Amino acid sequence: MSRLESLYQELILDHNKSPRNFGKLDPFTHYSHGINPLCGDDYEVTLTVSDDVVVDAQFTGSGCAISKASGSLMTLAIIGQPVTTIIRLKNLFLKMLLTDTLTHDERQQLGKLAVLEGVKKFPARVKCAALVWRAIEDALSPSATATVSTE
Amino acid sequence: MEQGGVAGIRNQFPVLGRQVNDHPLVYLDSGATTQKPRRVIDRMTQCLTRDYATVHRGVYSMSQESTEACERVRHLVASFVNARSVNEVVFTSGTTESLNLIATILGRGYLKSGDEILITQMEHHANIVPWQEVAKSVGARLKVAPIDSSGDIRLDEFNSLVTDTTKVVAFTHVSNVLGTVNPVEDLVRIAKNVGAIVVVDGAQGIAHRPVDVRKMGCDFYCFSAHKAYGPTGVGVLVGRYDLLTQLPPYKFGGDMIETVTFDGSTYALPPAKFEAGTPPIVEIIGLGEAIQFLIDVGWHALLAHEHQLISYLMNQLSTIPGIQLIGTPREKSAAVSFVMSGVHPHDVGTILDQEGVAVRVGHHCAQPLMGVYNVPATIRASLGVYNNYQDIDRLIEALLTVRKYFS
Ligand SMILES: Cc1ncc(COP(=O)(O)O)c(C=O)c1O
Repeated sequence: MSRLESLYQELILDHNKSPRNFGKLDPFTHYSHGINPLCGDDYEVTLTVSDDVVVDAQFTGSGCAISKASGSLMTLAIIGQPVTTIIRLKNLFLKMLLTDTLTHDERQQLGKLAVLEGVKKFPARVKCAALVWRAIEDALSPSATATVSTE
Repeated sequence: MEQGGVAGIRNQFPVLGRQVNDHPLVYLDSGATTQKPRRVIDRMTQCLTRDYATVHRGVYSMSQESTEACERVRHLVASFVNARSVNEVVFTSGTTESLNLIATILGRGYLKSGDEILITQMEHHANIVPWQEVAKSVGARLKVAPIDSSGDIRLDEFNSLVTDTTKVVAFTHVSNVLGTVNPVEDLVRIAKNVGAIVVVDGAQGIAHRPVDVRKMGCDFYCFSAHKAYGPTGVGVLVGRYDLLTQLPPYKFGGDMIETVTFDGSTYALPPAKFEAGTPPIVEIIGLGEAIQFLIDVGWHALLAHEHQLISYLMNQLSTIPGIQLIGTPREKSAAVSFVMSGVHPHDVGTILDQEGVAVRVGHHCAQPLMGVYNVPATIRASLGVYNNYQDIDRLIEALLTVRKYFS
């Protein structure tokens, strides 16, 4: 696979073209707004959390294929999951992008999210993939700021 | 290219020999900053290795030579832009500082509460934000002249926005996004009907169109060396001498004073009045060499080369499905912005980079203009004297690769 093919895999292109859970929950219990001032990526994430489980999640906004696919895959990964699991997934996902290569087990846990591992080879794009996860981190944190910026 | 002035010119730019991501570099970001010809690199190296000494201060020979070398550059700049006198040429750190300088001193010594400042929708942040700050500090109003959908200033609107309360009119010579070459003389004439001071942002003009500040009739013209084959860290404010004399200084310190006592100080005459501190000596020398480079290539060759390549680029782009050009003005210089349906500019930038093609993607420091066209960002290919038809062919091939991924 060329570097580009490893970045723009079928699954990513598909989620970019038809993002899942694309919209805004109304009402919602948790909210965050993630922006990437340098390139203009801009997403809102809304959640319905009940008994520490994310029962529904949507995201909406605009940005590049990587940020949009990441948002779409994220919603699929978190709906129905307890908040603690989501935090663990987020940490694993950021670890995949920012630091070590993952163990087989860790990659297993990430499931489809591991498709974004190719982004690691494009340092300028890491923040695109991370943006919605930073927003989730913010939305679920007790000190939610409502807007996070990856710059 | 077959043009006399640009034949073999690529060989003068060492960086063009490098590979990027296993492809020969195609550099299409000269609007951000140009690459440097060997003679500029060599001249600056020679300055550092043989001639380097401070200016204005030493009685020793090297310092005097250094002062004379910098003053020769001032003369060269003055003649290059046809200033009325060498004393109208102020060295700054670049366009951004030139614009901040002029906005600040107009705020301190000329603008009053209720006055109006007029800019246009196509301005770079550097020609917006300083005026916002000045307007805030003196209680003036900032007005914005609209452009039409092809990227030209709407002259009728501009005309009616210029009124007796308009005290400053500031606009770009050439748009860094749309490539629009503004009709400077017409705009100045309208502004001068009400006696407004006219500031022209020449960042994208200086290497692309002959500049004659007297013919233009503007009061101030600003540019950076690094977009004209010279180094970063130095730029110019060309200003009308009487205004530079009347307006207050900008920065305070050494070299800008006449006498200093603890009770007070008096200031030197322009341009020294606006050049506090040790200037960027090596960079000024580099600026001089860059201007000499432009003079040696010659406007005839520069303009013909740019014209041929821009027509070719616009033509070739129109062969790719789903491309929308942002900016099709009456007269277009070397910046070509576009968007591709179904693909975010950021993804285009990454794919092009993998093919060795360097373009700029983003808002190009012109966020309000992105709003006018209702796009978050664009892809911009901008040309320099070293680009050729093959560069454009490589860009087009790389855009077709983008289409393969994003069909
Ligand atoms: C039209 C315009 N004005 C001002 C500037 C600012 O120039 P500098 O960054 O050299 O100060 C630029 C540079 O991008 C520009 O294109």
